[in-house]
Amino acid sequence: MATGIVSYGVYIPRFRIRLEEIARVWGNGEEISEGLRVYEKSVPDLDEDAVTIAVEAARNAILRGGVDAKRIGAIYAGSESHPYAVKPTGTIVGQAVCSSSSYTAADFEFACKAGTAAVQACLGLVGSDHIDLGLAIGADVSQGAPGDMLEYTAAAGGAAYIIGRQDLAAEIEGFYSFTSDTPDFWRREGMPYPEHGGRFTGEPAYFKHVTSAARGLMQRLGTQPEDYDYAVFHQPNGKFPVRVSRMLGFSKKQIEPGLIVPLIGNTYSASCLIGLAATLDMARPGERIFVTSFGSGAGSDAFSIKVMDRIEKIRCKAPSVRDLIAGAEYLDYAVYAKHKGKLRI
Amino acid sequence: MRSVSIIGVGCTKFGERWDVSLRDMIAEAGLLAIDDAEIAGEQIDALYVGNMSGGRFIEQEHIGALIADCAGLSRLHVPSTRVEAACASGGLALRQAVLAVASGYSDIVIAAGVEKMTDVSSGTAADALAAAADREWECFFGATFPALYAMMARLHMRRYGTTHDQMAGVAVKNHHHAMYNPIAQYHMEITLDDVNRSPVVADPLHVLDCSPISDGAAAVVLAPTEMAAKLADTPVRIAGCAQASDTLALHDRRDLTTLDATVAAGRAAFTQAGIEPRQVDVAEVHDCFTIAEILAIEDLGFVEKGQGGRAAEEGMTALGGELPINTSGGLKACGHPVGATGIKQAYEIALQLRGEAGKRQVDEAEIGLAHNVGGSGGTALVHIFTR
Repeated sequence: MATGIVSYGVYIPRFRIRLEEIARVWGNGEEISEGLRVYEKSVPDLDEDAVTIAVEAARNAILRGGVDAKRIGAIYAGSESHPYAVKPTGTIVGQAVCSSSSYTAADFEFACKAGTAAVQACLGLVGSDHIDLGLAIGADVSQGAPGDMLEYTAAAGGAAYIIGRQDLAAEIEGFYSFTSDTPDFWRREGMPYPEHGGRFTGEPAYFKHVTSAARGLMQRLGTQPEDYDYAVFHQPNGKFPVRVSRMLGFSKKQIEPGLIVPLIGNTYSASCLIGLAATLDMARPGERIFVTSFGSGAGSDAFSIKVMDRIEKIRCKAPSVRDLIAGAEYLDYAVYAKHKGKLRI
Repeated sequence: MRSVSIIGVGCTKFGERWDVSLRDMIAEAGLLAIDDAEIAGEQIDALYVGNMSGGRFIEQEHIGALIADCAGLSRLHVPSTRVEAACASGGLALRQAVLAVASGYSDIVIAAGVEKMTDVSSGTAADALAAAADREWECFFGATFPALYAMMARLHMRRYGTTHDQMAGVAVKNHHHAMYNPIAQYHMEITLDDVNRSPVVADPLHVLDCSPISDGAAAVVLAPTEMAAKLADTPVRIAGCAQASDTLALHDRRDLTTLDATVAAGRAAFTQAGIEPRQVDVAEVHDCFTIAEILAIEDLGFVEKGQGGRAAEEGMTALGGELPINTSGGLKACGHPVGATGIKQAYEIALQLRGEAGKRQVDEAEIGLAHNVGGSGGTALVHIFTR
């Protein structure tokens, strides 16, 4: 039986900071923004964290699909900024969206791909008929040390996907993962900010894993880039997804609808799931979407997705990604630093 | 003293070699060189290896014993010595090997160079490289290598009217040369505009005025010239081999726009070889920054002081020009794994004199020169090669 996406929901905090404002403080030129192809990034409110963002995204998914939350048999929340080291994000989400207590839950962490790993886990339980619906979430309030290159892109946002067998808005035709022990980016226990291997995060990490997973899936399914109407790749900045799509043979037109990083930055576990949501916001029934995530450490999950008729019925029942990006309120660096807890009193 | 020749050469691909370690690279370069020389391990009398900072870059010292081990020569107890003169470590290893053969102590000697720089963050790499300057009197006061060379560039511009476009021209030329070199780090043509628009590192030097951080290894096999004729079809004779020192700190120099160590080593090498600068057909010079190539061709006597900027601008130093400089792509575009650079320069000149440089071959190249600098000019080595 086909499994796939019953509904999806996104949440992006309404605050933004322009990269030129960060560059102004740290004395870097405008070329940083051009080099990264990112112009502004989302910033959480003072009281927002990965949990509140996950809840908002999950509520939008339930609202869009008109789903009875009590049917949800699993909640997997992926994040690299879970507010608690010990105590699950998933249970708080479950309580907030009024699901029954008859569900399993666990939190996932795999840098920027914990959200797609949660989707895969739900696909397994749903596909094997162990549960009716699964809720997979990627949500982050990602961290970048002041002045570090990461600070220019580390953003906040979440995406939730309800995975099931019936009433599919989009069928997941197959997935393929490529994983290796590659230390390109990490944050140790108790450390406030992650460290990264600079240029090592490129070729041997992002590009190797994304291309390997993408090629592996296309080989398995016997598909080619031209068989897809759209493609979404993990978006740590505006350059990498464009370059990797070119390497794989996808066109600029295919990735355009899902390329949201220039406007909101890198939302980590939510990054390519929000890109997918932006694509589902405008895709027509019968169209196919190719999605590949990337998580440092490192791994990539590639998915082949076919849009179903039901998308037209549910699309407008919750805010679109473009709705959530619009109406932003801009912060200066001082207020942004307060929002991000960079000022220790 | 005996005359010394190169009978075999080998070099790894330069670049961000994430997939290999220092020992993989030195083994690869060494095997290529002894394969090229068609010799067996048992024939090797000694090894010299240039390595600037294994301790900082990969937390490994004792590189001499390591390379003997990697080469399978530890059980033969072949003496192996690591030498260090910052970015001139490779050139210094070559000189030590030349001295060993010339003196008669050894016959077949390997001179190698290796550096694995990309296992650490760029900040750590920059700090390790800064150790080539005067830590107490330069680095502690905020100087970095780009800053030191930027000061030389600024004075050269003011005194001789050299322009940044002329410096950028060196980078454009060397990137073009690297297009034809399979081992080069960059196969990417750049324009003057690209250099001018790249971020400023230390005014007037932009990112594209600077050599990159690289991994790589190179090795050459030396033998007495009289033996070389029997061992190799196309031996390359080392006609001149000279080394000179200067003050460690830039501010103590007689003149900021001249590397006196280069002048001294160049004069000594030319005298030894009985050759005039104008007779040189092809040269590899130490272009750690674009201004450094301009200074080098002046200090070696290829052009008059102050005229170095015009040389690149007018095409004199490009392939097809009067004196092609840095046909490998130089440090700028072939890459600069610091300990390996001096040996890679000898590798490139040997290929040119053997007529094996492919699309970057200089017609009828008979006399070549390699110029390797440590730090901002505290050490310089010049080797002159003939067919």
